Amino acid sequence: MDAFGGPIWSMTASPSGSQLLIGCEDGSVKLFQITSDKIQFERNFDRQKSRILSLSWHPSGTHIAAGSIDYISVFDVKSGSATHKMIVDRRYMGVSKRKCIIWGVTFLSDGTVISVDSAGKVQFWDSATGTLVKSHLIANADVQSIAVSDQEDSFVVGTAEGTVFHFQLVSVTSNSNEKQWVRTKPFQHHTHDVRAVAHSPTALISGGTDTHLVIRPLMEKVEVKNYDAALRKITFPHRRLISCSKKRHLLLFQFAHHLELWRLGSTVATGKNGDILPLSKNADHLLQLKTKGPENIICSSISPCGSWIACSTASRFFLYRLSYERDSISLQRVPKMPAFLRSALQILFSEDSTKLFVASNQGSLHIIQLSEGCFKHLHTFQPQSETVEAMCLLAVSPDGNWLAASGTSAGVRIYGLKELKPHCTVPAYNFPVTALGIAPNTNNLVIAHSDQQVFEYSIPDKQYTEWSRAIQKQGFHHLWLQRDTPITHISFHPKRPMHILLHDAYMFCIIDKSLPLPNDKTLLYNPLSLTNESDVIRRRTAHAFKISKKYKPLLFMELLDERTLVAVERPLDDIIAQLPPPIKKKKFGT
Amino acid sequence: MAALEEEFTLSGVPLSAGPDGLLGVEPSDRTDQFLVTHSGRTVILYKVSDQKPLGSWSVKQGQIITCPAVCNFQTGEYIVVHDDRVLRIWNNEDVNLDKVFKATLSAEVCRIHSVQGTEPLVLFKKGAIRGLEALLAEPQQKIETVISDEEIIKWTKIFMVFKHPVLIFITEKHGNYFAYVQMFNSRILSKYTLLPGQEEKSAIQSFAASANRKFISLMSLSSDGCIYETLIPTHPSDREKNQVVVRSLLLKAVVSGDVRNGVALSVLDQDHIAVLGTPLSASKECLSIWNIKFQTLQASKDLLQGTSGQLWYYGENLFMLHGKFLTVIPYKCEVSSLAGALGKLKHSYEPGSHAVPHFVNWETSQEYGLGSQNSEQSRILRTRKVEVSLQPAVSASAQLLLTIKNDTEKHIEVELRKFLAIKQTPEFHTTIGDIVTGLLGRCKAEPSFYPRNCLMQLIQTHVLSYSLCPGLMEVALEKTDVQILQLCLQQFPDIPESVTCACLKIFLSIDDDSLQETDISTESVFDYSDTVRDEKMEEQTEIMENGFNPEEDNSNKEKPQGTTEETTLSPVTPKRAALLRNAVLHSAYSEAFLLPHLKNIPAQHVTLFLQYLYFLYLKCSENATMTLPGIQPPTLNQIMDWICLLLDANFTVVVMIPEAKRLLINLYKFVKAQISVYSELNKIEVSFRELQKLNQEKNNTELYSIEVLELF
Repeated sequence: MDAFGGPIWSMTASPSGSQLLIGCEDGSVKLFQITSDKIQFERNFDRQKSRILSLSWHPSGTHIAAGSIDYISVFDVKSGSATHKMIVDRRYMGVSKRKCIIWGVTFLSDGTVISVDSAGKVQFWDSATGTLVKSHLIANADVQSIAVSDQEDSFVVGTAEGTVFHFQLVSVTSNSNEKQWVRTKPFQHHTHDVRAVAHSPTALISGGTDTHLVIRPLMEKVEVKNYDAALRKITFPHRRLISCSKKRHLLLFQFAHHLELWRLGSTVATGKNGDILPLSKNADHLLQLKTKGPENIICSSISPCGSWIACSTASRFFLYRLSYERDSISLQRVPKMPAFLRSALQILFSEDSTKLFVASNQGSLHIIQLSEGCFKHLHTFQPQSETVEAMCLLAVSPDGNWLAASGTSAGVRIYGLKELKPHCTVPAYNFPVTALGIAPNTNNLVIAHSDQQVFEYSIPDKQYTEWSRAIQKQGFHHLWLQRDTPITHISFHPKRPMHILLHDAYMFCIIDKSLPLPNDKTLLYNPLSLTNESDVIRRRTAHAFKISKKYKPLLFMELLDERTLVAVERPLDDIIAQLPPPIKKKKFGT
Repeated sequence: MAALEEEFTLSGVPLSAGPDGLLGVEPSDRTDQFLVTHSGRTVILYKVSDQKPLGSWSVKQGQIITCPAVCNFQTGEYIVVHDDRVLRIWNNEDVNLDKVFKATLSAEVCRIHSVQGTEPLVLFKKGAIRGLEALLAEPQQKIETVISDEEIIKWTKIFMVFKHPVLIFITEKHGNYFAYVQMFNSRILSKYTLLPGQEEKSAIQSFAASANRKFISLMSLSSDGCIYETLIPTHPSDREKNQVVVRSLLLKAVVSGDVRNGVALSVLDQDHIAVLGTPLSASKECLSIWNIKFQTLQASKDLLQGTSGQLWYYGENLFMLHGKFLTVIPYKCEVSSLAGALGKLKHSYEPGSHAVPHFVNWETSQEYGLGSQNSEQSRILRTRKVEVSLQPAVSASAQLLLTIKNDTEKHIEVELRKFLAIKQTPEFHTTIGDIVTGLLGRCKAEPSFYPRNCLMQLIQTHVLSYSLCPGLMEVALEKTDVQILQLCLQQFPDIPESVTCACLKIFLSIDDDSLQETDISTESVFDYSDTVRDEKMEEQTEIMENGFNPEEDNSNKEKPQGTTEETTLSPVTPKRAALLRNAVLHSAYSEAFLLPHLKNIPAQHVTLFLQYLYFLYLKCSENATMTLPGIQPPTLNQIMDWICLLLDANFTVVVMIPEAKRLLINLYKFVKAQISVYSELNKIEVSFRELQKLNQEKNNTELYSIEVLELF
């Protein structure tokens, strides 16, 4: 629905969740009513001069604060009129700047409004009188984000210099009740703008242009200082951005606004461990598909045969047919995709490329039959319960009989594709699934969870396999459980049924189910020096987890054919080199 | 995800519940035990995990229990009211309710509320509230009337907000509802009129409420089947007698409006509520869990045999009367959290884990988490323990503060020593801060009073900081007490640059004689001997090194020899050196703030300090590790930073002074030498890069490569 106010700059739901406020380019603040089935326009507030960049509700829902350019307005929700207009000082380090943009406002329940602006200030306002109470100049650049804790005794702001400041409400002296907002801790974990911050009861979370999500625990709230209480940096999205056509040795890379198709090179040489082989054919960039409009690509996939590419944005679904004639490649868009496919969360082709599985954000799973240049909607699995939970992970068995799907919270559903009926549900586990894979021949479903547990579930038998029970009984190695990044992809070797190949951002691992499991006393990561040892020692130290950390950060890894793996690294330096330059700070000011 | 687990009934014997069902289910002081009060004559104590009763008490034939039994958490006793006015208190050992403590009150009781952390509160039918202790002290005291004649109390609940109880009760009069909120920390009773929302035209059937620090969120289930929410502030802004609050729609049509069986509502946590009633689509009663944030149904369970329309929720259990049996349905809710998404949310009952690691959940702090009752219990116990241990310390500190105000220096010293001998409490540092503030206050009032030894002792507790006692260093500066200043500089992490500079000034300007005098006390003597010994050792090693380094070329060799004269002759006395080097050089600073203050130091002193720094630098560069000997020596970086800062601030002045000329020339030479070294290094870098390129070509992993990899 259109709000008829130009681009929407800000949006916030009321404390009770029944109303939604939006701030528009034309300076209007609009109130919408949220009901269980729709969103309905309720009314406009007094129109302001310029765009509304930030909004905040008073916790009781009676007033709102709106940050615009150069001023903050306080509105009475009942009457819709502005009760106060608080002008923000434009000056920036003594020099008058053109405009002061209010990037964020927060309304506290005692009536205080906290604003952060482009002049580097954090300011406290009294909304009852419309006066400035206190001002902190914390940065030479924009302060872009603010988040308050639930108890309203501390808040966090993020600046364009990459710094995050923690403010706390502390007593002025040791035994007085008078409290004051004090800037307590600066954290510099980012190199670029901090665009978003969040305040959980025990941690500060910040993220920004430098593509990192940083979780910084508040040490005063931590009782035991151990590994779990350490700072965490999360770099990659926990999902698959690359798909692979095994047959034609193609890789499809998903970017925010385009797709790239590459053909892998090849070699005729052989060598020993560590050798780099001369290329007989280099990798080719075959195509680049750009989406129209500003929407990001949500998901994409290339079929195993390499002749289909599908991708989806929030409003459209695209399916392309590729045809190869020697070295040339031609692309044809399949027209008239049905509307229900749009805004898909995950797309998957069956192993023989005759079926396309699309997980919609409404929780249903669509199955589409593909044949020479056209498609047919075959079936839709509706979400089973009333709780609408979107499926975001899919896996299909290589024989095309089973489809496994999992949502964001725990629970993996398995559907039979022959009779098009739900087959069973894997017993619930408390942690979200991060990767799924179905082994060929045995139809064992391997499930990786975010707490680093890996389960193997036999689909035909509807129960966990012996190996899975054994490893759950013994427990995983503590170093395995301490890894920070989730497993994002699982694949199998067609000729070696005992092997499971999986990877996270910093390692890949081949689990050999025939070997003994490592216990906490054995080395999980076998050192390189062992290669030189005799066979006896190697056999004695061998265990099921064969881990290589050679490639990192690892974005994708897949078994291409029986003897070839393809790995995609995405060096952080390359990402950072493409970012806009951060604000430089001078060290000596004399 | 929220989930309802398998239900179980509490006793095999059908309950003789009256038409109104049970009077109440209340927690007892043991986590797993609950008091169930029948509307007739019986109170039963159940252990839920064992599904069986532990005790049962009845009142005499003819008497009738009018208010659900509760447990007094402070004493572990049970309290019940029968025949509206008669209060009975008993414990587990009592058998017969007739023989236990009895008090007849002068007014009719509506409810007794009891929660952890406070005494039980008695709410009378006319709206007055009394604490149990005060009531029992004088049972026949007059009870005032708070609500008007036709108002009837419909529903009540108690919360703990900021460790103080807050009691809310709802009254009804001719279809209008009023909420009364009684705050016990401020003793304010606020009255609110509940106005129906715009589209609401129905009678309220059931209430539930939850409280956070700012608001009580009152939820009401109306006969149209919708749930409405009203926010009532726990801290009323204006003290008007009658305020109006409006109900707003929270959830639409969750149960049918049919009032046949009655409906009930219970708040489970911030986001979840439980509703007992007949859903629109079905005819059977069912218990459903709704997420109010996302307005989704999370779980539901059919209750085929009908219920009494009552629902209680404690800990992780939902209690209701299902058919004729008291039924318990355990309820679990996994809060969807960032930690969960990252897999860092651990479970205490993980089957495969050997040792359960202690884990910090980012979403729920220890302070107000929705922990299980177990953890809550231990928490309360812990706070009690802290309080107990705190008590004597607080009183001792109060006593000490009193001593400080009046007594002699000697006496204060003795008292202080006694106080410091007591074991440290969590509030130790603030107490110490208060003591220092007290001492300094007296210092200011009486110029002759200067408890040097006390202050030294206090500083050495390692808990003070500049911001905790800002006056301390000022006083020490006034008295030019270099020893205290040195201690402060060593101990305090947060000294402002201006004070550091003032200290520096004093250290540089104080004449040697007075320095000699003042420093004859304990610690600096060690410093002194240390430096002397160090210097001796240094000289020895130096000679050794020179002897073993014959290939050093002559021009270089000349230089150190030329400077060794300077080196051995430190430009400042060892004591001053100790002050400067250990105190000032180690203190934290930021350049921008320090520079303006450095400009105020007289030129002679700047030169002296520079000479000393240069001397330290030469000392540093004597050995291979580039460090100074001694305990906690300043690092080379610290020395260089200070030299840069001093020159930055005072260059124009220093350059005019003849004494500094030699020093500046030396520094200039040093910088020039460095520049030439770096330019040479730059040249080497080019060749290094070429080497690197060659190396890269060898293992070219640039964009695309094929490698052989063996896994083992």
